[in-house]
Amino acid sequence: MNLEDIIKPENCVFKKTELLNDKPLSFCPGCGHGVVHRITMECVEELGIMEDTIGIAPVGCAVLAYEFMEIDMQEAAHGRAPAVATGIKRVWPKKYVFTYQGDGDLAAIGTAETMHCCNRGENILIIFINNGIYGMTGGQMAPTTLEGSKTATCPYGRDTSTMGYPLKITELVAQLPGVRYVTRQSVHTPAAVRKAKAAIKKALMLQAEGKQGTCFIEICTNCNSGWKMSPVQANKWMEENTFKYYVPGDIKDEFKLLKNPIAND
Amino acid sequence: MAKVRGAVVVDTEKCKGCGLCVDACKFHVLALSATVNLKGYNPAYMVEPENCTGCTNCATVCPDTVITVYRAKAEA
Repeated sequence: MNLEDIIKPENCVFKKTELLNDKPLSFCPGCGHGVVHRITMECVEELGIMEDTIGIAPVGCAVLAYEFMEIDMQEAAHGRAPAVATGIKRVWPKKYVFTYQGDGDLAAIGTAETMHCCNRGENILIIFINNGIYGMTGGQMAPTTLEGSKTATCPYGRDTSTMGYPLKITELVAQLPGVRYVTRQSVHTPAAVRKAKAAIKKALMLQAEGKQGTCFIEICTNCNSGWKMSPVQANKWMEENTFKYYVPGDIKDEFKLLKNPIAND
Repeated sequence: MAKVRGAVVVDTEKCKGCGLCVDACKFHVLALSATVNLKGYNPAYMVEPENCTGCTNCATVCPDTVITVYRAKAEA
């Protein structure tokens, strides 16, 4: 059997979703943002809600998310994506609203907006990309930077006596009664990508069913440029170090009895 | 017995040569090319095409979605 016999349109089992356009992504080679962009758009496409979904783009590496995602998008000021999402969801309660934010955006400048949005229990989905560094501005220390990690602004490693401890914002929002589904995922292996996709799909389905409450999905990714590693090394480092502090898995799930979203695939 | 054969097509001009697909492929089908694309990256290509089963693992981890996967049943 030749390659020409296999490469035919009827044999195609994986191709790029139509909700991501053909512009080359602006991320560094090997960055996890691209995977999260793709799985988010795949979920929207598979649920058939592309005309009813509104995304809020952050400030940070993913600031150009509206350039690549072929759905309605709104840019928000730095850290204010949950506030903008609150407004959009209250005006259009039937629409599916998600924010896409990095750790500098959500856990540093936008902490107040995030906490109060979750405390009000707004019926939106927050996708939080945690790479433990400010990637776009050149690799400065973020609140989520691990103890001992070297960045541009802590060249001798993060010292907790003067710089504080890495912020577990996901565990913090899980305490709030307005939040119904909190999980931490990653996109460093094919299995992890499929799990993260199932989590995003579940959160979007919960909005469809009109359940009141915020869904919060943290996705740990690498930042190989900021960490000064190759993409494969960065993923290994993340597995060995990041997951000891930021343990993957469901943190809060009040909808466990609902049908598993993977079963729809 | 029917055997499953796969093939991948890499968009070489968009590939950034990060190598995550090479690491994700358990059958060592992919490798980074010695040639460079217009942006100066070494794109991935199929070095052992007969080992490919079309499992889509490479495309799943690809951050830039440059990989398209095909799968067909072949008589062994």
